[in-house]
Amino acid sequence: MIETFLEFEFLRNTLYTGLLVGLIAPLLGTFIVVRRLSLIADGLSHVTLSGIAFGLFLEKKIALIAISPYYMGIGFSIIGAIIIEYLRSVYQSFQEIAIPIILSVGVGLSVIFISLADGFNTDLYAYLFGSVAAVGRGDFYFIFMISIFIVLAVIFFYKELFAISFDDEYAKVSGIHAKAIHLLFIILTALAISASIRIVGVLLVSALMTLPVAASIRIAKSFKKAIFLSIVFGELAVLAGLVSGYYFEIPPGGTIVVSLALILGITLFRKSR
Amino acid sequence: MNNLSPILSVKDLHYKYEQQYVLEDVHFDIQKGAFVGLVGPNGSGKTTLIKLILGLLRPQAGDIHLFGKPIQKFKAWNQISFVSQKANTFNRGFPATVFEVVSMGLTGKIGYLRFLNKQHKNKIHEALQSVGMEDYANRNIGDLSGGQQQRVFIARSLVSEPELLILDEPTVGVDTENVERFYHMLSDLNQEKGITLLLVSHDIGTITSYVTDLLCLNKTLHYHGNPGDFYQKSDQELSTFYGHPMHSISHDH
Ligand SMILES: Nc1ncnc2c1ncn2[C@@H]1O[C@H](COP(=O)(O)OP(=O)(O)O)[C@@H](O)[C@H]1O
Ligand SMILES: [Mg+2]
Repeated sequence: MIETFLEFEFLRNTLYTGLLVGLIAPLLGTFIVVRRLSLIADGLSHVTLSGIAFGLFLEKKIALIAISPYYMGIGFSIIGAIIIEYLRSVYQSFQEIAIPIILSVGVGLSVIFISLADGFNTDLYAYLFGSVAAVGRGDFYFIFMISIFIVLAVIFFYKELFAISFDDEYAKVSGIHAKAIHLLFIILTALAISASIRIVGVLLVSALMTLPVAASIRIAKSFKKAIFLSIVFGELAVLAGLVSGYYFEIPPGGTIVVSLALILGITLFRKSR
Repeated sequence: MNNLSPILSVKDLHYKYEQQYVLEDVHFDIQKGAFVGLVGPNGSGKTTLIKLILGLLRPQAGDIHLFGKPIQKFKAWNQISFVSQKANTFNRGFPATVFEVVSMGLTGKIGYLRFLNKQHKNKIHEALQSVGMEDYANRNIGDLSGGQQQRVFIARSLVSEPELLILDEPTVGVDTENVERFYHMLSDLNQEKGITLLLVSHDIGTITSYVTDLLCLNKTLHYHGNPGDFYQKSDQELSTFYGHPMHSISHDH
């Protein structure tokens, strides 16, 4: 079944992009889940959607195609990430309020731009639920670069990222520039989310970041093992989801999430640690 | 002794969060090698004092010197280690091993863009050994008892080989029997490794038999000296307070 994917170029792009996304989304997802920030992925994906909608609107109404809607989405997502970090520093004692703020503004802007761009069309459908056919060669190269950047950043700042995730106050006292590391992390997250949207879509991207982790932390005793298992589960689900999505002509977002839910179900019924 | 400069020196310290001062005219020195107990009731300003010493808060008035340097110019933060009052409020489901938690203590010392090497790993095992937790290195931190977790957090603070270790109410959530063992362990660290300790507690009972110096804080310092003399003094204070004649409660006759 995988052979079909390797035969056609557009499917090859989708497959390789899917594998990249199956790596970076659970990688950052592990940090997100242990920091109890699972909803941040939803917040940022909807901000990305507003950027995409804004891009589609420009494309349609002003015939401005200098920046593709997808890159516009990535730009919005990074700005959203910086705003979240800013809100978290303003609301020190209830930092989680940043997420509903950014989520609702993201949805609000999306609604406005989507209707200004004359409502739903196939492009938008692909962005919402993912698509097997939407990944061009340019997107693949771009997501490849993003993935390399994310993986290197996590490797080189691993001990700092781990420290702020486990105990932020201790990290500060031990001389880590916690603010800068938080900012780095949220920008990496924004990049991973906008990359993943190409495959799983806006509405389901948070699932690819959190479901593999929900499964892995039932088994893993160490943080490194949790990351490793999350990635394994993420990749399995992406493969199963892309192949079945292609054969049944269903957007891969749906099939990937169902695969993730199956994996999670298996770990739940297994005896816990 | 006079030419030995103290590790920590606090002078005329004043601090307020809002209108009311929570610390007033606090003044004391800590010498190298001491095991200092800082006691006071809840809300007496102990945590605030520690945060000032760690540079997390800035005083409205007064001076703090660390290792002979004014705190504003002090850079060698890895000589000081801290176990927070909130250390054991971490997320119990966090997938991290004891080894991983202790490795966090080296993060600042190793520096950016560098990795844990063999030597660091040995240090982590040594730190675990010094708190008697070497057999638990690969266990999940959330699976340990409160007392064991507290030891791991001490190991995390020891792994960077600090000269001064500050512990803010480390025994909250540890059962009485283990509290004694815990103080014993601190006493050993103090005597065998020569680490200077500042231990905060709201309970004056147990710690007086372990510490070399006692500080009693309630907004301002009410006592600074060796723990034995404190009981004499407090007996006297109590007796004047209750109006008993002094001799009736005197122990030595
Ligand atoms: N962040 C804060 N803002 C305002 N007041 C505070 C703050 N932290 C502590 N306080 C007040 O300062 C006093 C001393 O608190 P603290 O240093 O935590 O005492 P302790 O550690 O001895 O229990 C208390 O009255 C407390 O209510
Ligand atoms: Mg306190």
